[in-house]
Amino acid sequence: MAHHELSAPLSDAQVRALRVNDTVTLHGTLYGIRDATQIHMFDRGRKTRFELSGHAVIHTAPNVKKVAKSAACPAGYEPSCIGTTTSDRMERFTLPLMTQYGVRLVIGKGGLRDESLNAFKELGGAYLAIIGGAAALETTWVEAIEDVDLDDLHPESLWKFRVRGFGPLVVAMDSHGGSLYAQVKSDSRGRRAKALASLGVKS
Amino acid sequence: MKVDLQQVEEAAKELYIRALKLLPPDVKQGLDRLVAGESDAGAKRVLGTMLKNITVAEDTQTLLCQDTGIPIYNVRIGRGVEVDGHGLKEAIQRGCARSTREYSFRSSIVHPTTRVNEQNSSGRGVPIVHFEFSNEDKTLEMEMIPKGSGSENNSWLKMAIPAEGVDAIKTFVIDCVLEAGGKTCPPTIVGVGVGGTSDLCVHLAKQAATRALGSRCEDPEGAKLEEALTRAVNMLGVGPQGLGGDSTAFAVHVETAATHITMNPVAVNMQCHSARRARATFRPSGIEYGY
Repeated sequence: MAHHELSAPLSDAQVRALRVNDTVTLHGTLYGIRDATQIHMFDRGRKTRFELSGHAVIHTAPNVKKVAKSAACPAGYEPSCIGTTTSDRMERFTLPLMTQYGVRLVIGKGGLRDESLNAFKELGGAYLAIIGGAAALETTWVEAIEDVDLDDLHPESLWKFRVRGFGPLVVAMDSHGGSLYAQVKSDSRGRRAKALASLGVKS
Repeated sequence: MKVDLQQVEEAAKELYIRALKLLPPDVKQGLDRLVAGESDAGAKRVLGTMLKNITVAEDTQTLLCQDTGIPIYNVRIGRGVEVDGHGLKEAIQRGCARSTREYSFRSSIVHPTTRVNEQNSSGRGVPIVHFEFSNEDKTLEMEMIPKGSGSENNSWLKMAIPAEGVDAIKTFVIDCVLEAGGKTCPPTIVGVGVGGTSDLCVHLAKQAATRALGSRCEDPEGAKLEEALTRAVNMLGVGPQGLGGDSTAFAVHVETAATHITMNPVAVNMQCHSARRARATFRPSGIEYGY
């Protein structure tokens, strides 16, 4: 269980070095992305001016305050609460994020499924688990909102965050076919009969 | 007691932001209890991060979670309370929209087909306002629940049949918890509705999921189910955030209603670990805020 301090853009080798149960702390650029962002990017042909190749995206739609543009708030937004949403809804976007934009890391909560796991294996990617619902803490890791694109989808815009000490995050799906979620799912289903027996139910 | 609608509007506004920032003491104690009993080191760390988040939110006056939820207001009107009912509903709607604008938090509400966000946490039928009547003298209670979508997206109804018995209810709850995995931000409060019609059954599940930890079902049969199901779901090993561990649920809460001779409905609705709620109680002496 190694710890990695990473700054994107990342190389194939850096991502393939990540193994399930390792921890990662990110510094530098992190992109925020959500349901509507990806529906518009992949189903409705919208393009972003951001260069996502080698980068990490996080499943989020933040709470922000609109402020005057300044050196501290170059996009005219101040972060007020930035957290993470359930990844599972966005499962089908992992592959196009990686093939069309070269994204390397997806950060979220609750995990992704087999298609994403295969994409991580084929294309060199990983899923990093953050603690969902711990947004107050997560916000302290975000230094600034550097830029925003597709902001007509607000709050589901494409956000460019500058982060420092973002983590530790747990590598929950890696490029070697490892998935903590698949493991826990299999273990917990194996315990179903015992749980039902404790309730007097035959299964 | 005559209720001042301007005060209701202010309270509706305050309750939303309070709920988003301050976690009820029973939930904090629930997390403490789970940390103490957790045998998995990784799960203990996850629970520790959740506790740390509560402290950071309190210290920095930040929202606990970025999901500002679907706003629900539960209003209980006691005896001897004089209030313009329609005006009360409008005052709550105004307070909810003002809270979003004045505290500048995320509006999470969109039209269901156009997906247009009015940026005021409101829309057709939202905020959701429920009214009921209580036996308490000269008291009006208003409870606010920002219901997060991670847990709400994992909601189920099964119209089981009488021949399947209580076993169908128990099996359904176990299978829903397995299906939810980490998507509901566990540890959760698993709300179970048993009986009624389809809509009442789902409503009961929501009431159960949003009840304070430590409270029990008033129906002794429901209370028995709560105890057995709480033990059983925590045998599954889903754990905090679905990453494995003992702490899958704070508790299973059950609410029951009588049902038809041909029916055996069961519904499950979950509340995430950020089990937020806030309460304002109006009495002749003034307004008191709590949980």
